[in-house]
Formats: sequence, structure tokens, C-alpha cells
Amino acid sequence: MNLRRDVFQAIADPTRRAILLLVASQALTAGAIAANFDTARPTVSKHLQILTECELLEQKQTGREIYYHINAKNMKQVADFIEPFRKMWDERFNKLEDIMKAYQSKK
Amino acid sequence: MEQKTKVNAEDGKQDLVITREFDLPVELLFKAYTEPEFVEQWMGTKVLKLESKKHGSYQFETSDGKGNVAFKASGVIHEFSPNKKITKTFEMEDMPFGVQLEVYEFERLSAGTSKLSMHVIYESVVQRDQVLKLPFAQGINMAHNRIQDIISKLK
Repeated sequence: MNLRRDVFQAIADPTRRAILLLVASQALTAGAIAANFDTARPTVSKHLQILTECELLEQKQTGREIYYHINAKNMKQVADFIEPFRKMWDERFNKLEDIMKAYQSKK
Repeated sequence: MEQKTKVNAEDGKQDLVITREFDLPVELLFKAYTEPEFVEQWMGTKVLKLESKKHGSYQFETSDGKGNVAFKASGVIHEFSPNKKITKTFEMEDMPFGVQLEVYEFERLSAGTSKLSMHVIYESVVQRDQVLKLPFAQGINMAHNRIQDIISKLK
């Protein structure tokens, strides 16, 4: 269940968001993606690796080239908007639990 | 790891359910919701009024760092069963989110653990989705909205 949190870390970075935007319109090779950025090629590769690990991007071999595709299913999770809302409540409830535990031990 | 807090909000519906298990006896969990001093601490708000009983009402006021009132909320209590259930309305004053109905169910799991289920019903699907997006809107910029647009076209 850490996947969702990772997904949000993944999209917190502006370069990674830009990569997702590029790939959302068409599948691209790492080289074609890197050509859109001034950033060094290894930096772009690192971003692609993170997005692939978070399963927002998928690699598919076409002939000799590897193309990056958007993983629509996981992108939909991001689109659901629920995770920040859940996190907000989770933090609130953690606080409630801490405060009431402190009160309990004082009694 | 299993998430302690779960949110179930189905597409196209005007309600949602938040559930959470606590390492607290149900009596203490209930106290956290019904006694002003605890509500103030965990919700980070000032409690102007909290009548924890049927037909009771409540008023909260949250200030920013400079002491200006940033947010006011209020509502009335319809059902009040100690350590079991609270049904109340909730409204963020001067905000376009309408009035929501909240049903809290408190459940004893063991002597030291309990479960809260919070069912929230909004006036419309649109209002529910706006409230869901509130925490999101603070953190993510326009680029994300563009992702949204693209994704909605993919669906």
C-alpha cells in the first residue's frame, strides 16, 4: 500500500510531471524524452526510473527500441485525489491518538 | 503495511466513508470527540461551544498565526449515544461547500482498541469532490491539472 504515497512523491517533482505530460500524448523512447529537456541525460534517466518504479510509466520493447508508455490505471489513482485527503485525516487521527494516550497515562 | 486510516469515496456518489482503528479504549476515543479541551487539541481549533447531547449545537473557530479568524465551522447534534454513535451536521461558514451530514460510529474492538467509522453525506457529488480536492489544491500546481485533463480524455 506504499504505492500510492510513492506515486505522490513521484508527481511532486516538476520535471517528472513534465515527463508524464509528454508521454501521456504519445509513447516515447528515453532519448526522445531527454531531447525535450535541458537537463543532463542521466538525470532524465533517473526520473524515468522513478516513474517506472512507481508504475506510472511502463516500458515496452518495439523492435530494438524501448518505448515508455503511460500507465493509465495508476494515473487514474492520482486523478482520484483521495490520497491527500486520506493523509490529512490520518495525521489528524494520529494526533488524536497521541493526545488521548498522553491523557490516559496521566490518569 | 495495512493503512490505519481508510477513505472510501466511490466515483459519482455524494458521500464518503472514513474508517480508522485506534490503540485507545472506545471511551477515550469518544471523549476526544465530545470534550472541548480534547477537540481543541487534536483539531487545532478553538471551541466556542460544544453541547454534546441530542439537540445540542457546536461552534468552532480556527485562527491563523496572526490571530485572524481563518475558518469557522458549526452544526447541530441529532443523535448522541455515549461510546456508540453521534449524528450531526457540519458546515464551514462562508464557504461554498454547503452543509454535510456526519454519522460517527464508535466500536469497541478490545479493552484497549477501538474503531471509528465516519460516514459523511454531502449535498451533491460536486460538493463532495470539492471537499476531497481541498488538501490537494494546496500542494500541487497547474501542471497537475493538465495531467488531469489528459487522463480524463484517456478514460
